[in-house]
Amino acid sequence: MVHVSATPVLALRGVSKRFGAVQALTDVELEVHAGEVVALVGDNGAGKSTLVKTIAGVHPIDEGAIEWGGKPVSISRPHDAQALGIATVYQDLALCDNIDVVGNLFLGRELKRFGVLDEVEMERRARELLTTLSIRIPSVRIPIASLSGGQRQTVAIARSMLGDPKLVILDEPTAALGVEQTAQVLDLVERLRERGHAVILISHNMADVKAVADKVAVLRLGRNNGVFEVKTTSQEDIISAITGATDNAVTRRAARTNGEVSK
Amino acid sequence: MSVDKTSANLDKSAPHGGGAAENPEAAVPSAAAVDPRLLVRQEGIFGYWDEFKRKMKAGELGSLPVVVGLAAICVIFQMLNSNFLSAQNISDITVTMVGTGMISVGIVFVLLLGEIDLSVGSVSGAASALAAVLAVNQGWPEWAAVLVAVAAGLAIGAAHGFFFAVLGAPAFAVTLAGLLFWLGFMLKVLGANGTINLDSDGLIGQLTTYFFADVAAAYGLAVVVVALFFVSSFLGNRRREAAGVPSRPLSDTVLRTALLAVVSFAAAYMYNQYKGLPLATVIFLAFLVGTDFLLRRTSYGRKIFALGGSVEASRRAGINVTAVRISVFGIAGGFAAIGGLFLASKIASANQSAGTGDLLMNAIAAAVIGGTSLFGGRGRTWNALLGVLVIVSIQYGLQLESIAEPVKYMITAAVLLTTVVIDSVTRKTQKTAGRA
Ligand SMILES: Nc1ncnc2c1ncn2[C@@H]1O[C@H](COP(=O)(O)OP(=O)(O)O)[C@@H](O)[C@H]1O
Ligand SMILES: [Mg+2]
Repeated sequence: MVHVSATPVLALRGVSKRFGAVQALTDVELEVHAGEVVALVGDNGAGKSTLVKTIAGVHPIDEGAIEWGGKPVSISRPHDAQALGIATVYQDLALCDNIDVVGNLFLGRELKRFGVLDEVEMERRARELLTTLSIRIPSVRIPIASLSGGQRQTVAIARSMLGDPKLVILDEPTAALGVEQTAQVLDLVERLRERGHAVILISHNMADVKAVADKVAVLRLGRNNGVFEVKTTSQEDIISAITGATDNAVTRRAARTNGEVSK
Repeated sequence: MSVDKTSANLDKSAPHGGGAAENPEAAVPSAAAVDPRLLVRQEGIFGYWDEFKRKMKAGELGSLPVVVGLAAICVIFQMLNSNFLSAQNISDITVTMVGTGMISVGIVFVLLLGEIDLSVGSVSGAASALAAVLAVNQGWPEWAAVLVAVAAGLAIGAAHGFFFAVLGAPAFAVTLAGLLFWLGFMLKVLGANGTINLDSDGLIGQLTTYFFADVAAAYGLAVVVVALFFVSSFLGNRRREAAGVPSRPLSDTVLRTALLAVVSFAAAYMYNQYKGLPLATVIFLAFLVGTDFLLRRTSYGRKIFALGGSVEASRRAGINVTAVRISVFGIAGGFAAIGGLFLASKIASANQSAGTGDLLMNAIAAAVIGGTSLFGGRGRTWNALLGVLVIVSIQYGLQLESIAEPVKYMITAAVLLTTVVIDSVTRKTQKTAGRA
């Protein structure tokens, strides 16, 4: 089975983030270990994307601490996150339709030889990467436009793997996909875990979460509302944590201080 | 198809602490390498036919329509007048086309971004006027005047790019303003006389009048081109084989080389029947090879394509969007200036009508007719050559038939419209194919 290390790859300690009048995150705790898939769930506006963006360096945190491999770090720019080994696949895929799979995988970090694009080496590495991730694509030389939604998503995820990240963050990777294609992406998530990556998976779909996640962290109104072991928790329990049916002191306070604003 | 040695050497893409080597899926390369869905062309003629059908379905027609169109034009005009395919006529066509063709190369760059530059006609006129004033009125050496004119074109284009990329004004509007401004600039620079005659034996004059009369020149160039093509394809394929990625079979390389050889030697033979190899055409071809290399083999070119595909994706990939945009408009301005010098050379003067009339429309039409997409992200600078060949061939063909200007405009318009429709339909097909 999957070996989970003792020290978390990433730990958030009491992280808060405020946008003007909106307290998007309050005292959030989160731990992710190598070889572990943590699902991050919550209603619209719960702060999932914001949390992910603080980790990715898009929005620096206001309060709290981020620990990387047990040591406190500061992530103030996307570059900092990348340098640590954090890769993020955003909800809207950042791919160019007109460029082929190899070109997209290496976009912005092309391999060169004598100052000229080294297409051969890029293609070799691309095929190698896709094969190790068991990603099936008709050809690495066809434009992204001719791939299905699921294939595109897997290319986007593969792209994030090129920098050899320790932590991969996926923001709703299956939101726009059909059953078959969702299965493709979930397979890929499992493979990332097998290969020892830590994964944070944002999802609205309980079935997906049940299928691949080891732990579920619930956010509600910008606060933690429980972390559950997927195997030992029923779907109903998770859903009630999301909706707030399992009300506790924390969420009641949150509801008072922070009206629900959904995007 | 060659079997890749994927799991054997995992370098950068191997995971941390990672178990790729222990990953059972990766340890069985045969399972991964022989995927029946992989699109690899079979060898031989059936392979080509299959690929052609697939491309048709996927809407990746590329330059095929224009090549067919060009062949049709040749057949039709040759039937109407047997002088159409004469050495003299073809030589004239390929020299005349260079001015518009150069401008069109710049347009291809801008279209790749999914933008448009309406100022290139005026910029070409302004640059030729500037060169003429410096060389003739100010007595500068012509090479210096040429350099300043091209540099001015680059700067003018970059200035347009600045308004577009930094200040966010639509490129359409900025370059429309440019069209008027540089027209005015040209008229002002030319002064009261309105026409400056160039020394027809000077550098600018010779651009379109110099021919390499030695028979060896044209054949020599053909030999060099064909040899370079073969060697680079051959070595490229060897590298691909060594790296274990799909490569073209040797027969394929040989076939392509043979095709290129037929075209090159036919052209060389034809030029040698008349005045010899035209300097203008050689310069144009050199620029085409250079820009094609820039666009398809360098990371700068890749950035241009990326911007044409998705600005957001480019930005997130760390591409400096503003810098690329400014530089592309600079390139368009530079090529407009170069084109302007060739047009001035053709008439041995800079005059008030330079850069006006149907020049702008022809330059844009050539890029589009050649197969560059108006929607950005698809095209090659060779498209400019094909498109301008079509346009100028039609002009010369109609001239041989003594058919007047109005009909010429209408026919060029019909060709352009057809091309744009093909482009739009292609795009639609591609979208549906993508969903399949
Ligand atoms: N850039 C921003 N500026 C201001 N408010 C924001 C910004 N990003 C998110 N928010 C607010 O923060 C809260 C959490 O949003 P978000 O993280 O997008 O939620 P989720 O992804 O869970 O649906 C919402 O109230 C949202 O309006
Ligand atoms: Mg969100």
